Amino acid sequence: MAEIKCVDLCKTYLQGDAEVRALDHVTLDIEPASFICLSGPSGSGKTTLLNAIGGLDELDSGAISIDGERVDRLDGGALADLRLRHIGFVFQSYNLIPVLSARENVEFVMQVQGLPARERSQKARDILREVGLEGMEDRRPAQLSGGQQQRVAVARAIVSQPKLVLADEPTANLDSTSADQLMRLFRDLNDTHGVTFMIATHDERVMRYAKRLIRMQDGKVIGDDLQRPIDR
Amino acid sequence: MSGSLPIGALGRLAWRNLWRNYRRTLVMLLAIAVGVWAMIFMTALMRGMVDQMIEDGIAALPGYVQVHHPSYRDDPSIANRIPEPDAAFSAALDTPDVMAWTARVRVPAMVSSERDSRGVTLLGVDPAGEIALGFDTEDIVAGRWLDGPDDSGLVVGRKLLERLETDLGKRVVLMSQDPNNDIADRGFRVVGVYRASLPVLEETFVYAGKTRVQTMLGITAQVSEIAVSGRDYRNVDGLVAAVSAAADSEAEVVPWMELDSYLDSMLRVMDGFVLVWMVVVFVALSFGLVNTLMMAVFERIREFGLMQALGMKPRAIMFQVLLESLMLLTLGLLIGNILAVASVLPLSGGMDLGVVAEGMEMMGAAAVLYPALKTGDVLLANAVVIILGIVTSLLPAWRASRYRPVEAIAKT
Ligand SMILES: Nc1ncnc2c1ncn2[C@@H]1O[C@H](COP(=O)(O)OP(=O)(O)O)[C@@H](O)[C@H]1O
Ligand SMILES: [Mg+2]
Repeated sequence: MAEIKCVDLCKTYLQGDAEVRALDHVTLDIEPASFICLSGPSGSGKTTLLNAIGGLDELDSGAISIDGERVDRLDGGALADLRLRHIGFVFQSYNLIPVLSARENVEFVMQVQGLPARERSQKARDILREVGLEGMEDRRPAQLSGGQQQRVAVARAIVSQPKLVLADEPTANLDSTSADQLMRLFRDLNDTHGVTFMIATHDERVMRYAKRLIRMQDGKVIGDDLQRPIDR
Repeated sequence: MSGSLPIGALGRLAWRNLWRNYRRTLVMLLAIAVGVWAMIFMTALMRGMVDQMIEDGIAALPGYVQVHHPSYRDDPSIANRIPEPDAAFSAALDTPDVMAWTARVRVPAMVSSERDSRGVTLLGVDPAGEIALGFDTEDIVAGRWLDGPDDSGLVVGRKLLERLETDLGKRVVLMSQDPNNDIADRGFRVVGVYRASLPVLEETFVYAGKTRVQTMLGITAQVSEIAVSGRDYRNVDGLVAAVSAAADSEAEVVPWMELDSYLDSMLRVMDGFVLVWMVVVFVALSFGLVNTLMMAVFERIREFGLMQALGMKPRAIMFQVLLESLMLLTLGLLIGNILAVASVLPLSGGMDLGVVAEGMEMMGAAAVLYPALKTGDVLLANAVVIILGIVTSLLPAWRASRYRPVEAIAKT
């Protein structure tokens, strides 16, 4: 469970001489156990918003708090700890460490957390089975398809049951069956464990699962609707 | 360390990354190995050369420690003499530090044949004692070595024999001063000819029986010096103490470093030079090392960013790069050490310097070089590579930990 408050977030990038407003006065209140889709055209600021909430990127102005803790005020070490203990990430691209196998990639975060070996490896096997990668545990990323790599990343993001999962285009490389499977898995975690999900996507299939749909454009929130999601 | 991988997992990660670009790793390994080899092998050669120069120098003194009359070193005449060692002295020197000792009369003298005469140093010796101190009878190239302190013969150097235009079996006259500053002279028959590592030694020293020389100089039971040899010329403090305790309290006990300060400074310069040489080789290596690590880091910017995004601390990332470097260094050291030992051992019987021998002799070195592989030098080479290697790797490692995660991941 995570309650997130974003107040007046602004972020501009310089592209040559031009200023690009990636986040333009974004204010959001996210209740615990939310299941949110961020949609919007490419370049609308979805990735920037997710990165800011995860403490990966600095803002020009604004405040972000997760469960009352001001993320924008934490230093590097504390942010690393926050991500390690409470946030699961699925990035748009380049998610895996190339020299580690699928199982080792999933175990990576648990290793850094200091979990004992036996527990780690059991959890890693279970979660990989759940995302449909049974039998591929020992393959390196280069031996997996784009969709399979994405699923390894998802497995790693949820394996230690964070209170918040930030997923950036998690279905980009998946066929519709796998995408549906993945979204059901996410919803299951959300329904049964109250994990908060924020999923950036422009995939219509994904949006159907969302309990709340936030639309972005040019760095602004242009729509924010609760909706009745399809059943998982 | 929180925010880091357990050491086993870190090690595995570092090891796999090392072989990700195996060609680059192999080239770097080879460079480190050859560098370490050069450090150790060249040091062993230089050590061998200097060791030999010092050992020869000490053999010419002779001894690691000498006992004299306090004024002898200023004026090496027979006026400055000491009592011949007694039984108490020998008993006192019966310690593990002492290898051998001998007492000798040593005076400046003039030797004359019917053709020519030269200034020499006359040594009245106990022949057995000289052998114990390092005189090698193999060096007698004609005739024989002295039989005992009463031997009436004279053993001269090859070069001196040439200069005097005399020969084995002929008589020569030795002339010196007795304690009353009167001329003391005596005829000796040349019974043996020796060779030395350096021609100058062959021209300088002539050996006669100790009692004969004492008689000629009109002294009894007195000598110019007592020479004592020990086990390790680098460490003579114990020996000096033992000899001082045994010797007459008025006598002066001097270690070889003071007897021949040139030899001593050579040894010190050599110690310094070994370190300089190793650091120079390392500096040459370090460019390759930094370059290799920098390349390895730049290739993996996104990976480092990802690790940070997942919650790994920057210093853990730094540690990971250092570990990779340490593995590379250790592997290179291993190969380099094996190469060095494998190339020095076959040469332990001596390296014939052949064509360059003449030049070496001029420098005071012998024609056959015995490389000396010293544990201390090998350890020093390894320490230089590991310590400076880690220091050199700090920059690439620090760079790796400085990427902001989002920038690193955004790079496509
Ligand atoms: N590192 C960057 N440097 C410059 N401009 C950037 C950078 N990251 C994002 N942008 C710009 O910010 C805007 C928002 O990008 P992003 O958050 O990635 O959008 P989305 O994820 O919705 O496609 C875009 O116009 C993009 O070009
Ligand atoms: Mg994006």
